[in-house]
Amino acid sequence: MGYDWQPLLLTFKLATVTTFILCLIGIPCAWWLAQTRMRFKPLLETLISMPLVLPPSVLGFYLLLAFSPTHWFGAWMAHIAGLKLVFSFSGLVLASVIFSFPFLVHPVQSGFQSLSPSLSEAAYTLGKGRWQTFLHVLLPNIKPQLLAGVVLAFAHTIGEFGVVLMIGGNMPGQTRVASIAIYDEVEAMNYDAANFYALVLFGVCFTILLAVYLLNKRLVMRVGST
Amino acid sequence: MIAVDIRKRLLGAQGEFSLEVELHIAQGEFVALFGVSGAGKTTLLRCLAGLAEPDSGVIRVDGQIWSAPQTKLPVQQRRVGYMFQDYGLFPNMTVRGNLEFALRKGANKQRVSELIEIMALGELQHRKPDSLSGGQQQRVALARMLAAEPRLLLLDEPFSALDHETKLRLQDEVLRLQRHYGLTAIMVSHDVSEVYRLSKRVLILERGRIVADGPPANVFGASQPSGKFSFAGEILAIDAADVVFAVTLLVGNQIVRVIATAAEAQRLKPGDRVMLMSKAFNPVLIAC
Repeated sequence: MGYDWQPLLLTFKLATVTTFILCLIGIPCAWWLAQTRMRFKPLLETLISMPLVLPPSVLGFYLLLAFSPTHWFGAWMAHIAGLKLVFSFSGLVLASVIFSFPFLVHPVQSGFQSLSPSLSEAAYTLGKGRWQTFLHVLLPNIKPQLLAGVVLAFAHTIGEFGVVLMIGGNMPGQTRVASIAIYDEVEAMNYDAANFYALVLFGVCFTILLAVYLLNKRLVMRVGST
Repeated sequence: MIAVDIRKRLLGAQGEFSLEVELHIAQGEFVALFGVSGAGKTTLLRCLAGLAEPDSGVIRVDGQIWSAPQTKLPVQQRRVGYMFQDYGLFPNMTVRGNLEFALRKGANKQRVSELIEIMALGELQHRKPDSLSGGQQQRVALARMLAAEPRLLLLDEPFSALDHETKLRLQDEVLRLQRHYGLTAIMVSHDVSEVYRLSKRVLILERGRIVADGPPANVFGASQPSGKFSFAGEILAIDAADVVFAVTLLVGNQIVRVIATAAEAQRLKPGDRVMLMSKAFNPVLIAC
């Protein structure tokens, strides 16, 4: 059996969609966590961090149960959004969002926490609303952490295996991402194909991380020199 | 006219205490808040700005309720100019960018250029705040505060990081602008000379309560005997000279030598802070 680009394209599509959704919900969530004094904060932080320590198969197992059409959540999602979550791309996206959540939230949250409270307070006294302050004052000042969070989440989604295997299975064009394809090819003794996928993943991840380090160095240097 | 009658529990270095302030400030007044660190000065300013909430009580400004148990006017609508101790300049914007961001909707951009000129920021206007000295940052923060056309100025130690000359110039400038626009100003300060220069009224705050309120000359003068001159100083050396002692003092930047009796010299030692007073022609030393 030969190899094709489909698993790789699927991997990058999954990582892109996941990272996009993560930015939409993860950045506001990180901001909220950074400033809240709610009593349940440690509990929430623990829940968000769980994917860092939990074996992916554990998370995948429970997600599989929750996503199944016989479970209320799976049934509800099917009913409300018409989404079939098990063994489908949308299920993979949802699982990846949950699984990569801490990788985005942690750096961004610590970025927000490192800013002096007087930045947002100054903006408020100047008559600026919360949204304007968030967009023009807070976000631009945590660029390095934002970049780190986005890249970590993206790279982590590329490298996902256990969760994908548990709830996605191995359906070409649907859920057969590169990491699954590598496993599959090795099992079938197609080392050439496995090597192809592995090498591309290695190259892409290396390039992304290198670009981040170079960019971050420039960002830090710019702040220092102006 | 500002009417404050608030209470708020605070946690100080020596345990919990309560900020209890009842205060009226007339339109256009320049009031100084004086007191040791942790007396509640900054908290009072923050309550006025809407950045902190009193536990109970009312803040009313020109008949409008800013803070009451059920209502709270958002910070954004109070139009206060707040000068933060760490300036709160936006690191991602240039000096000019900081000022432009502060402009109200529809305000004339000319105001930014005017303020840049007044505060002598022309050379620095395209630089980022991180690359400026403390004094320069303070000037930018003052300019930015004024760019938003505030109605009430809340200044938390606004001149602390400036050298003497710049300080005097900026104090004059702030006073001129405050009078020109008829702004009410409340300033936290540890500097007696600054209080004298800027304000006609000083409040002394001690552990959350106002313990003195009046013109600086009365408030600061009240604790002293009827001395004609009095200076705070530090004893550098005490030398025996015949039957008396020569005490060398540092007053401001000046070294002063005065005579002390043996009894006085016995109570004093180098490093002591003292008040040096001249009553008629007999200098008296009182430990403080």
